[in-house]
Amino acid sequence: MSEDTDLKIRVVVAKPGLDGHDRGAKIIARALRDAGMEVIYTGLHQTPEQIAATVIQEDAHAVGLSILSGAHMTLVPKVVQLLREQGADDVLVTVGGTIPADDIPALKEQGVAEVFTPGASTDDIVGFLRSALGAPA
Amino acid sequence: MAIEPDAQRRAHQWLEEEYPHESEREVGFETLSGHPVKPLYTQDDLDETGHDRDRDEGFPGSYPFTRGVYPSMHRGRLWTMRQFAGFGTVEETNERFRYLLEHGQTGLSTAFDMPTLMGLDSDHQRSLGEVGVEGVAVDSVDDMETLFSGIPVDEVTTSMTINGPAAILLAYYVVNAEEQGIGPESLGGTIQTDILKEYIAQKEWVFPIRPAMRLVGDMVEYCAAEMPRWHPISISGYHIREAGATAQQELAFTLKDGLTYVEEAVERGLDVDSFAPRLSFFFNAHIDFFEEIAKYRAARRIWARELRETFGAKKPESWRMRFHTQTAGVSLTAQQPLVNIIRTTVEALAGVLGGTQSLHTNSYDEALALPTEDAVRIALRTQQVIAHETGVTNTVDPLGGSYFVEKLTDEMEAAAYDYFARIDELGGMVRAIEENFPQREIADAAFEYQAKLQSKEKIMVGVNEFEISDDARIPTLKIDPAHEARQRERIAATRAARDGARVEATLAELRRRAEGDANLMAPILECARARATVGEIVAALQEVFGTYTETPVY
Repeated sequence: MSEDTDLKIRVVVAKPGLDGHDRGAKIIARALRDAGMEVIYTGLHQTPEQIAATVIQEDAHAVGLSILSGAHMTLVPKVVQLLREQGADDVLVTVGGTIPADDIPALKEQGVAEVFTPGASTDDIVGFLRSALGAPA
Repeated sequence: MAIEPDAQRRAHQWLEEEYPHESEREVGFETLSGHPVKPLYTQDDLDETGHDRDRDEGFPGSYPFTRGVYPSMHRGRLWTMRQFAGFGTVEETNERFRYLLEHGQTGLSTAFDMPTLMGLDSDHQRSLGEVGVEGVAVDSVDDMETLFSGIPVDEVTTSMTINGPAAILLAYYVVNAEEQGIGPESLGGTIQTDILKEYIAQKEWVFPIRPAMRLVGDMVEYCAAEMPRWHPISISGYHIREAGATAQQELAFTLKDGLTYVEEAVERGLDVDSFAPRLSFFFNAHIDFFEEIAKYRAARRIWARELRETFGAKKPESWRMRFHTQTAGVSLTAQQPLVNIIRTTVEALAGVLGGTQSLHTNSYDEALALPTEDAVRIALRTQQVIAHETGVTNTVDPLGGSYFVEKLTDEMEAAAYDYFARIDELGGMVRAIEENFPQREIADAAFEYQAKLQSKEKIMVGVNEFEISDDARIPTLKIDPAHEARQRERIAATRAARDGARVEATLAELRRRAEGDANLMAPILECARARATVGEIVAALQEVFGTYTETPVY
């Protein structure tokens, strides 16, 4: 798939839980859009159920979960589980936010493809998505 | 005092003819906010825009308060050292409150957890995994009692950072004191309440904008009558800045929010002098030292002028903009975290030299987690070193008269008025928010800044420059997951012990009064006394007011 054809990478950028810190999520949504991807930003205060539904409805290739509230170990596995249950386990799940290094292995074990911590660049994220989803560089 | 024509020519000559021969480092010379900075500032810079020493600077403690709100400022009394704290259950937070007081902090500041901030009970489905994680869980007056156990609320001032459900938490605080025999008139402190900045930046709302504004008016009115020592609102720029705003946007949007609250209160018939003295503010102290100092000075001058000239306030206390400062969370790095101590120190110094009344310094581990005891002690010591070792508090407004600082202050003020005009054109701040204007400005500024970081036009030490590959891990605070179950037990105990019929009756009365114009503090206090929970009171009001969903712009 490439950004020049109808087969754009479709990404849902989501804000799970009660966390209202959306600065990063919005920057990433915009950067992905500028990079030619189809971006669906869910807005704030999404339940895992709402996020899974959006991902499936939008036929997304990937979902980025942005959490800065510390509730990631509850919310992320729930989203992963729901996607799996609804037959969407081929969706790439990435996480960003205030995620302690200690939690990253556990998240990856649960099916998260990558965790982007403070200081990550939008170029890295775009690059990661393109390579993980088999798009040309 | 205008510069002599010869000296003026000399300044021009220096800048236009001599200086260009100097080689400069290949970086952009602009503030963090992108405001261009000249190689040198002279009297000439002040003259060219008609800066008048008497009118624009004056004396500390006198209109327009550019040099400080009190004549003696920190020489008379140090700023309050007020560290934001809260996590887990009220027992853990009470312990942290006492630790901080023991180590020399002089006021309390309460951080509530996400469920409380969003008006949800700890046992609500949507609270799962969020209870006590970002702050302390408070569900009812019972929690308030434990939170302040052993702390004399008539002697210590307390700040509570809560907005959507602010009226409820204020009621809890009042009822808790009342049950100890302390009347609301004896309580000193602040509740954040600033709902406009929630829609703009912090995003912690429970009701739509207009009913939320009504509640703010109710709180201002109630406090004007019953709580003379209390600040019913802390008009905030901190969060606006953290969301990505420039210093100019932080200044403009904060003050415009404040003016909007003044309008709201005046429109419901309150005399401006009856409530304006108890309005307070809360600003960010970001890493660009002089820009921040200029921002605070401009804020004081603008506020004084607007209150006196636009609103006709007569009391000097109504013109005085008093503020709390927090060093910028967003400036902290996860990389090489000890370096954050330096950032916090510089930022704290800006707050102090900018004339803050109260200060929170971030801990070095806060890019990663809530602070450990060791980290927060260093943050507190940072303030104590500034206060007691550096000598900066020996005189008031030591930077006053600096060509650069005065010019930057003037420029910040002009930038704010530009924004005021744009917001007025949109029909005022509420309309501007509904049109997503400040939100879009902030999103653009945030994106632009990120681009500058990625291109290295802006440097962040340890992140895009001076990185190390083997970054040592630091211990961080782990929130005991058992506290969520403990809090559920607490709320269950509250529900079991109370008179359910009384709760229902108070909630029904609240709903009834919410349909009309009555001040809702009285019925909310009744709900609080009956041990209605935050979630129950919010839900009751949402039945009348509705809820809010944003249309995000990015």
